[in-house]
Amino acid sequence: MSETTYKSGSNLEKLMAAGEFIVTAELGPPKSADPEIIKTKADHLRGWVDAVNITDNQTAIVRVSSLCASKLALDLGLEPIMQMTCRDRNRLAMQADILGAYLLGIRNLVCLTGDHQCFGNHPTARHVFDLDSIQLIRMVRDMRDKKIFACGDEIKASAKAALHEPRMFIGAAANPFADPFEFRVTRLEKKVEAGADFIQTQCIYDMDRFQRWMELVRARGLHKRCKILAGLTPLRTLGMAKHMRDNVAGIKLPDSYIERMERSKEPKTEGIAICAEQIQALRQIEGVAGIHLMAIEWESKVAEIVQKAGLTPRPVPLV
Amino acid sequence: MIIAEQKPMDEIMGLLQGHRKVLVLGCGTCVTVCLAGGEREVATLTSVLRLGGKLEAVEQTIERQCDAEFFESVREVATACDAILSLACGVGVQLAARLFGDKPVYPALNTKFMGTNEAAGKWAENCLACGDCQLGVFGGVCPVTRCAKSLSNGPCGGSEDGRCEVDPDNIECGWQLIHDRLKALGKLDALTAVAAPRDWSKTHCGGPRRLTREDVAQDS
Ligand code: SF4
Ligand code: SF4
Repeated sequence: MSETTYKSGSNLEKLMAAGEFIVTAELGPPKSADPEIIKTKADHLRGWVDAVNITDNQTAIVRVSSLCASKLALDLGLEPIMQMTCRDRNRLAMQADILGAYLLGIRNLVCLTGDHQCFGNHPTARHVFDLDSIQLIRMVRDMRDKKIFACGDEIKASAKAALHEPRMFIGAAANPFADPFEFRVTRLEKKVEAGADFIQTQCIYDMDRFQRWMELVRARGLHKRCKILAGLTPLRTLGMAKHMRDNVAGIKLPDSYIERMERSKEPKTEGIAICAEQIQALRQIEGVAGIHLMAIEWESKVAEIVQKAGLTPRPVPLV
Repeated sequence: MIIAEQKPMDEIMGLLQGHRKVLVLGCGTCVTVCLAGGEREVATLTSVLRLGGKLEAVEQTIERQCDAEFFESVREVATACDAILSLACGVGVQLAARLFGDKPVYPALNTKFMGTNEAAGKWAENCLACGDCQLGVFGGVCPVTRCAKSLSNGPCGGSEDGRCEVDPDNIECGWQLIHDRLKALGKLDALTAVAAPRDWSKTHCGGPRRLTREDVAQDS
């Protein structure tokens, strides 16, 4: 297969095209200009996952920008999936960052709405939401496939210059646990229609509801039009499990997991065991093309989870 | 209508510091209906201002403070005062300031939003005056205003049990409302197409907006 048949040529795209069961993880940039934190997290993840999501001011808390942290991750030998939310940037800033990201070698971009700023450490900030996530997806796709900016202008430096478009492999999020349930699949379809190449779901605990959602996804053939990675967040403590159940918008956590975390003498080990079991179950579901591990501030356990779930060795990057 | 609420008394007193004679000016339209700046509120506020005996307060309420003609009736009494405390929305306060160029004009209210009266003492925001009304597409529920993120293509991942992630106890998810309404109308199909980015230049993003109606302008 020649290089030109790929949309972006990212390793993630190639592995997906090759039909590999994908493992991605999340790397949250630090809340300070400390380079060591990114290095340590990268060390935990390198070799155990196929690509790494670099979050964008996650939960509306100021951190090293996803663009810069993506470049650092790339230099540290990881394939970055840069996240971009609609909360902090208008279409000018977004397109400028996409051009820059491409120049720096970043080839995967996940387009997100973004948590409301009221959740973070600058609740008095003004938000942007010039575009919504679906409009952002469409814009990135048009930049790549139609070689045009959002305004319709061609992506070239001057009238006579050649076109130089940023070619991103486009990701999006889906939350099977938010409401209205029936509309969730329609919204996924809109994302695919807009140009999403792959989807990473909100973290899954309620496997029954996820199964039902996947049935609806398959009924519309969406799993054939984009790759769906099932999101997972391993539970560390009973407190975290309860917090997830009670306080995090759009997450449903069944009591059976709470009970297991409660009964266990080693809740951390139990949390990892639950996660590995979930991966086993998810692999059996038609249309699940991989997993996305959001081990929040627990990147050190990703290797163990991947091993426990029998997902090693990871495929070597394709050229 | 425009919904407003009275500023804290301390703030109002701070604004009026150093003044001796103040015109307390109410507005007979929106702020009368939302019980923030009508004749009744003017009377109450004036009596509070008079407490302590340092301030002379004159009370007046005109029909609308967003139309210059209604100010004529208070021109004389305003001239005799050294400041105006307006209980109109921000629009009225600004017009008063423009009409009485040599006099300090202070707002007594915080102008909140355009909205509806939901129940006694309860109001809710419904329209942001985006300049390109799409209510016809969205089943009569405004996505720009009723969604905390002004999303155009459906609910974000924080919509749960019909409530918005921003404040589940107090805010309904606008997108759940749009969905339910279109479902009831049998028009859910309207939500399947990808809605294009909005033209924000029609909002205040394009600068303070003006409207000229040639037909009306020529006649007058
Ligand atoms: S669409 Fe625009 S004009 Fe219509 S209700 Fe919403 S904000 Fe107001
Ligand atoms: S929960 Fe609903 S109203 Fe709130 S931001 Fe999300 S879509 Fe908008």
